[in-house]
Amino acid sequence: MIFYKEKLNNGLQIIAELNPNAHSVAVGYFVRTGSRDETDAVSGVSHFLEHMAFKGNEKYSADDVNRIFDEIGANYNASTSEEVTLFYGSFLPEYLKTALELLSTLIYPTLRQEDFDMEKKVILEEIGMYDDLHSFTAYEKVMQTHFQGHPLGRSILGTVQSITDLTSEQMAEYHAQQYMAGNLTLVITGNADWNQVLELAHQFCDHWPAGKTERPMDEASPADHAQIIIEKGIQQQHIMQLAPAPSAQDLLRLPAEILAIIIGDDSNSRLYWKLVDTGIAESAELGYNEYDGSGTWLTYLCSDPELTESNRQRIQEIYDDVNQNGVTLEELVRAKNKLASRLVLRSERPMGRLSSLGGNWVYRQEYVSVADDLKLLNSVTLEGIRDLLKKYPLGYSTTAAVGPMTSVAD
Amino acid sequence: MGKQLIQTHQYPNGLTLITETMDDVQSAAFSIMVPAGSIYDQTKRHGTASILADLITRGAGPYNSRQLSCALDDLGVQSHEGANSAHITFSGATLAGNLAETLKIYGEILKAPHLPDDQFAASRAGAEQALLSVEDDPRQKALIELKRRSFPAPWGLPTDGDLADLPHITIKDIQQHYQSCFQPNGTIIGIAGDVDFEQVRQLVDDIFGSWEFAAVREEPGLVYDQEKVFFTEQESTQTHLGIAYDAVPYGHPDYYAAWAAVGILSGGMSSRLFTEVREKRGLCYTVSASLTGMPGLGRVLCYAGTTSERAQETLDVTLNELTRLGEGIEESELERCKARAKSSLIMSQESTSSRASSIARDWYYLKRVTTLDQINEEIQQLTTKRVLGYIHAHPAANFTVLTIGPQPLEVPSDIL
Repeated sequence: MIFYKEKLNNGLQIIAELNPNAHSVAVGYFVRTGSRDETDAVSGVSHFLEHMAFKGNEKYSADDVNRIFDEIGANYNASTSEEVTLFYGSFLPEYLKTALELLSTLIYPTLRQEDFDMEKKVILEEIGMYDDLHSFTAYEKVMQTHFQGHPLGRSILGTVQSITDLTSEQMAEYHAQQYMAGNLTLVITGNADWNQVLELAHQFCDHWPAGKTERPMDEASPADHAQIIIEKGIQQQHIMQLAPAPSAQDLLRLPAEILAIIIGDDSNSRLYWKLVDTGIAESAELGYNEYDGSGTWLTYLCSDPELTESNRQRIQEIYDDVNQNGVTLEELVRAKNKLASRLVLRSERPMGRLSSLGGNWVYRQEYVSVADDLKLLNSVTLEGIRDLLKKYPLGYSTTAAVGPMTSVAD
Repeated sequence: MGKQLIQTHQYPNGLTLITETMDDVQSAAFSIMVPAGSIYDQTKRHGTASILADLITRGAGPYNSRQLSCALDDLGVQSHEGANSAHITFSGATLAGNLAETLKIYGEILKAPHLPDDQFAASRAGAEQALLSVEDDPRQKALIELKRRSFPAPWGLPTDGDLADLPHITIKDIQQHYQSCFQPNGTIIGIAGDVDFEQVRQLVDDIFGSWEFAAVREEPGLVYDQEKVFFTEQESTQTHLGIAYDAVPYGHPDYYAAWAAVGILSGGMSSRLFTEVREKRGLCYTVSASLTGMPGLGRVLCYAGTTSERAQETLDVTLNELTRLGEGIEESELERCKARAKSSLIMSQESTSSRASSIARDWYYLKRVTTLDQINEEIQQLTTKRVLGYIHAHPAANFTVLTIGPQPLEVPSDIL
């Protein structure tokens, strides 16, 4: 594994971790834009724009883009989060040039009106699809409520109304403002030649406009014990709760990752043994999410509505115990082992390595090899976890409920 | 693709081991298929195999439930177990150096599970929670119901069981299922990664060699559904459509032609369904078709989710694409299928988990392992004439159509 980096004159950053023995190469454009960078008037535009990227430019039509990716047998897709829009794919090494040209095409699409009108229908269908996924509804609602007044509270998909009202001119304006080269990082992992990568990057990206946007990174200060209840005539009750946790720039994020595994992993965690193993909940998990300047503890409970309140109390008892007494050394060692194994196994594939390489760069401008990541993981101590809990205790400040219940106790 | 080192060994008790030694990986993955799937559930006891797959890891040999989880975590094993139609499958991956200790634990799970009485209620309650969640997820439910309606029972029945049956299942049913199904004959162990065949062969012999051969069971009889159109009313935002039709099963001489025909319909974003239903008309976000099957019977299963007022058009356009395939296919469409196949075959060599499950599954269906080169050659040799010949011999017909949503749709009677 060899790490390389370069910055083009327009500000585009290029990083690569190359391995000549890999069977494939994975490429991703990480664009530092997402729902938190939107305004009310264009709610959902980042995600809609991600779709429009695949509609091509003057040289390639939408059909061409789909056809050529399939001609080289690519695995490719894109995603939009609160903070990052990612276009990615994995390919056989001989197709690097074609793949990179096409992925670069996605970054500056033409945004033709007829494509925009057609894709709007698909976006509205996607909103409908997520509306039938109740845990997703709970996630959206808890984020909106927890981060009310803060950019992280913006919906990724937008609403039926905001998407219906959105114009292609508004999208073009948002694109011009957010897709400047300084907001982009090109990330490559696997089997590729660095000189060829650079040559291609110059060829496809040198003409992109320079510039960079600044993102306000104030830590959110959520209201205490806010609630939102969405009644649905379904069988199970979904509860999502958020509390403040370390941001992506905070060193406490490492102990936070480990603590989430100990307390709320989907197997062999404290929540698992108390609620899932015993059959009283379908899911009971604690996750840790990091963002620019803010972070969250995310508790998710899905169970029979009649058991919801008692299950919530059980979770609270676990949190109270952890906040007061911390965790044991045995738990810490086991969680490190679990995370280390996940890290190594995931990194065997270029595609598995892409997101952590890109994520570390976009959020922290740092390169962390797998070996260094393992060292960092091992450096976490019980004391570190105690410091974390002092600053960011487990609990909740916001609750969203989706299901038959008409109220939840606070 | 490069040379693959695949070796097999048949033990005297009927157990089969298949290994693939892979370069440039540090991990080893395993897939253990025990012929104890949901097709062996007794009548009115659907869900037995699914509960057994959960209960069996709640203590085995010297370990109680918690010790077992901790032992696997300490070895860094990412594991999964579950029941499908024919098997209960135990799969996992870890660093290759930990494989021997890991397999020893699985030896205890398979041969000496506690199946504790006092945890049965919790295990069954967990199964009930999972089934209730499916009721709330119309998309998942559409696919499960489509499988139920388009394959004969017991193969098509939901592998997680039936809500109405769960209260009748007892710990005795679970123990009986274990006794009659957990046996070395018919069990397949696939292992792929940084492993040495001789060492693994010896290791598996040490762990499973003493496992006793059991009586051969009778395979369950097949019951076909005569109905072809199904509607479930649900207050969902979208209408969820499932469409199934006949194809050929894995192992059939025309299997790869069938695979290409479905690939032209639904492989990649330039495929016909994605282009016609989503790109040209914006009717849905998700539309897909896949070739699936059981031994001796293949079906194509299609799914689309769309808002209710556009559901009828989505159904009509989708059915039209399925039946229109026989009118002709273009050279370029087949070429794209070939390119996707080649790339995914090569990339599968980067995943020990994917290879372990492939070699085990191949043995189950074919009693041999197809190398990636052989698959690639079969696919690269396909011509449009051959694929079209397959489509004419096996046209999209004998449809099963299922909808979940606020209103039923009109299904043209001439296609049924």
